[in-house]
Amino acid sequence: MALLSKKDTKLITDPLADNNPITIQVLGICSALAITAQLKASIVMAISVIFVLGIGNVVISLIRNIMPSKIRIIVQLTVVAALVILVDLVLKAYAYELSKELSVFVGLIITNCIIMGRFEAFALGNGPWRSFLDGIGNALGYGLILILVGFFRELLGSGTLLGFRVLGDPIEKTGLYALGYENNGFMLLSPMALIVVGLIIWIQRSRNTSLIEDN
Amino acid sequence: MEHLELFFKSIFIDNMVFATFLGMCSYLAVSKKVSTAVGLGAAVIFVLAITVPMNWLLDQYILKEGALVWLGPEYAQYDLSFLSFIMFIATIATMVQLVEIVVEKFSPSLYNSLGIFLPLIAVNCAILGGSLFMQSREIATLGLAFNYGVSSGIGWFLAILAIAAIREKIRYSNVPAPLRGLGITFIITGLMAIGFMSFGGMLTGGDEVPSIPETEEVADTATELIDTQTEEENPTNTKDEL
Repeated sequence: MALLSKKDTKLITDPLADNNPITIQVLGICSALAITAQLKASIVMAISVIFVLGIGNVVISLIRNIMPSKIRIIVQLTVVAALVILVDLVLKAYAYELSKELSVFVGLIITNCIIMGRFEAFALGNGPWRSFLDGIGNALGYGLILILVGFFRELLGSGTLLGFRVLGDPIEKTGLYALGYENNGFMLLSPMALIVVGLIIWIQRSRNTSLIEDN
Repeated sequence: MEHLELFFKSIFIDNMVFATFLGMCSYLAVSKKVSTAVGLGAAVIFVLAITVPMNWLLDQYILKEGALVWLGPEYAQYDLSFLSFIMFIATIATMVQLVEIVVEKFSPSLYNSLGIFLPLIAVNCAILGGSLFMQSREIATLGLAFNYGVSSGIGWFLAILAIAAIREKIRYSNVPAPLRGLGITFIITGLMAIGFMSFGGMLTGGDEVPSIPETEEVADTATELIDTQTEEENPTNTKDEL
């Protein structure tokens, strides 16, 4: 394909699996876990981060040569904060309920380590187009884990997906509930997010043994 | 009394790491040794104690709806709260730089021990999270804001100290290879968070569970589930061990 060379495609596909920002690079966990009790919130968060990281990487890459390195942290934070304010205002305008639910975690995208990490590690040394691809790739990898965790927590915790009752009605006892199945309310509480991510890491590393850390 | 309540609430019940996952990145990255964990924890308390009251003043006199009224009655209708992210993070970044310079000048020994952690802290989610929660929970006075900063810092310090101590010990255990390092740390943090949930009844006498709405229902079913599960699981566990 003419649009994306092989090297560029790698920028997008790498962070999805073997260089995933959450499970391998340990970045961006802060705001990731608290909002994954529902699939919808996870998807919105993933889209927000894709937007902020994609645009932010381009902006930083464009100004990387005229920016004095001493004040680069403040400059980076200002760029991210401006983009996050945009996201916050859009959410407040079009999805008010959801923005209440995400509360301070939209604002915490600013200090999401993924964003600063990619600025420092990639955008400061590469051109805008490659930085854009890198940003999108990493944000997708982050979103993938978020959506996975959100999927399992909502399915097992409240028996719904995106608010639809996929396992039947727990009060009328239809579907799976007729067989005596119960929702595990514990999945909705914050500790389970950590444990689910831990299990994802376990599965990923047992499939690809080169990722195993020594103690 | 109000102060005491907020103090214990921010340390145990709304613990930054276990209840809201703030500052997880540095929590996972810098918890390999107890000594470095103590350094970072101290720096977090220090910076939170300065930035939360600062941002409280900013919020109260510049950002809030009607906050600009001290400039004159015609400014009463301004609401600048949409600027709060950018103002808070700017305050935090400059305060961290300022603290670094002041500490370096007046206490070189403290500077050496906090040293590399101070610049890291500007992008620690716990710091910005402290200010944002201060804003969204509408903390009433400057004194309470200072208290909130210090006590949530102590809560974070406790969490990183505990996980660092566990990780030092776990090096001698036989953890399944793919779980080593990051995976087991996640799971241990999850178990610790379950433990910290039991502080939930501390202030209210157990009548209602604070933090997230819905928790009341969920917590009830959860405890029931745990009870039944442990009963069911115990015999199988002993079988496996045999």
